[in-house]
Amino acid sequence: MPSGFVIRKNQYYDSVFLMGISKRIADVPGVQRNAVLMGSETNKRLLADIDICDPQIDAAQPNDLVVAVIAETQQIVNDVLRRLDEFLLGGVQVASTSNPHSFEEGLAQKSNANLAVISVPGEYAAREARKALEAGLNVFLFSDNVSIDEELDLKQFAAEKKLLVMGPDCGTSLIGGIGIGFANVVRKGSIGAIGAAGTGLQEFTSQVHNAGFGISHAIGTGGHDLSDQIGGLTTLAALEALEADPATRVITIISKPPGTKTLARLIERFKTCTKPIIGCFLGAPAKPHETGANFQCAPTIDEAVWLAIRALGGEPDSNKADFSTEERQWIGREKASWSPEQKYVRGIFAGGTFCYQSQQIFRDAGILVYSNAPLEAKNKLRDSDQSLEHTFVDMGSDEYTLGKPHPMIDGTLRKQRILTESRDPQIAILLLDFILGYNASMDPVGELFDAILEARQNVKKRGGNLTVVASVCGTDGDPQDLNLQIKLLKEAGAIVFRSNAKAASFCCELLK
Amino acid sequence: MESKINELLQGPIIVINLGLQKFAESLEAQKVEVVQVDWVPPAGGDKEMLDLLERLL
Repeated sequence: MPSGFVIRKNQYYDSVFLMGISKRIADVPGVQRNAVLMGSETNKRLLADIDICDPQIDAAQPNDLVVAVIAETQQIVNDVLRRLDEFLLGGVQVASTSNPHSFEEGLAQKSNANLAVISVPGEYAAREARKALEAGLNVFLFSDNVSIDEELDLKQFAAEKKLLVMGPDCGTSLIGGIGIGFANVVRKGSIGAIGAAGTGLQEFTSQVHNAGFGISHAIGTGGHDLSDQIGGLTTLAALEALEADPATRVITIISKPPGTKTLARLIERFKTCTKPIIGCFLGAPAKPHETGANFQCAPTIDEAVWLAIRALGGEPDSNKADFSTEERQWIGREKASWSPEQKYVRGIFAGGTFCYQSQQIFRDAGILVYSNAPLEAKNKLRDSDQSLEHTFVDMGSDEYTLGKPHPMIDGTLRKQRILTESRDPQIAILLLDFILGYNASMDPVGELFDAILEARQNVKKRGGNLTVVASVCGTDGDPQDLNLQIKLLKEAGAIVFRSNAKAASFCCELLK
Repeated sequence: MESKINELLQGPIIVINLGLQKFAESLEAQKVEVVQVDWVPPAGGDKEMLDLLERLL
């Protein structure tokens, strides 16, 4: 297939901008594949994977822009590369000549800054975070690919300086009502949260808001914080800060199960905490952890919300865990519409926590699920692209997002997978999640709308019916229009829930 | 003395944003004081050169 590439020396853009350009090029008729990347070693390997190899590419540096196109004809390749400036200008990112270009220059402009938000490529991230800590700033570290040794080093240094490192790979935080990274618009209140799980923290804070309550602060820690290697350094610092914070009356911790030593350390700390604590350790065995006078465990995010509200003396509408008469009728209606060979659920997730929590709910209902991000290694898919019986896929995992936009930003990857699943005669249920908020796609449902309709049509042609079950994580304040997103889903024929736990439980009911 | 973490929680937060411009834009939309750093890999992205420079400085 004809291909070509262009290298622009010393022309640096951030990864989200480049993915936007790549998407625009992908929309050009006749373009089969394209790559719009900075010339880092990792990116050069991605180019080699699609057979774009050249000594000039080998010599490219991390601040050189590399654009490669594979298309049906050489004419299309040449046209796209010739029009590159048009694509770049259309992407809007205009580097202001007055903006600083380094942390030091930034600090010179804002010497009273108290937080560095860092999203540079992982290989440089620890270096920049260290500089921020040395200058006395707290750090929100969005970058991934930071080694565990670098993470430990940063967090130990932060502990000495009494500073906070949120991350690495931290997707979200809410500080005094301000959303950082991928965050929902949530009212201020007295529930504090600490979360190693990005979408888990978004689900928790959104649901607290939707229940009429509010969040004091929600502090992301990064996914490795509660491992025994890191020992919960950020979680413990956040706990101390929330305990001292006058706005916070109850503290919730949301994470995958901590390491054994770290859990023991946490539980010791909980005993001396002057505020009630709720632990939601997703994927933990059904048996509850040790609890105490001020420590309760919640198996799901929904239950963590109810416990937090109760700790404030509120009365949550936990009856919402049950299905309404209408919802129960839907169960019968949907099951009756399936053809005899339809029997499996396929969950195609944007949020890693939603994939994980859904597996836990299925496990506790006694239903075996395979996944690329399984609760237990024995249930790992041999090939992440090939679903097996009941399968939940985390489309935001590294294997899918290396060099490609995360499904929370762009629906392309999920769209393709949904259509693939719809060609399997055994699929009965499609389980989806949609995540609103700052920095997420402005129209997550719209991006998948046609794919959902086409998938349903594919199943209908075989004489069956595809049941689409969806959850929406978001609030009425989010930049996307929450009600419009829900309306669109219903128009696409989906059964919509406002929580992932409930959507997953509904799927279990359908399979009983 | 209040820790710098609690100072952050009390607000207002004042941000230096290194990297994704979208993050700075969403903070500005929430009326947060933020300076956007149009970050570029130091030393032209040459890691060996960067390590060498850091040792010299």
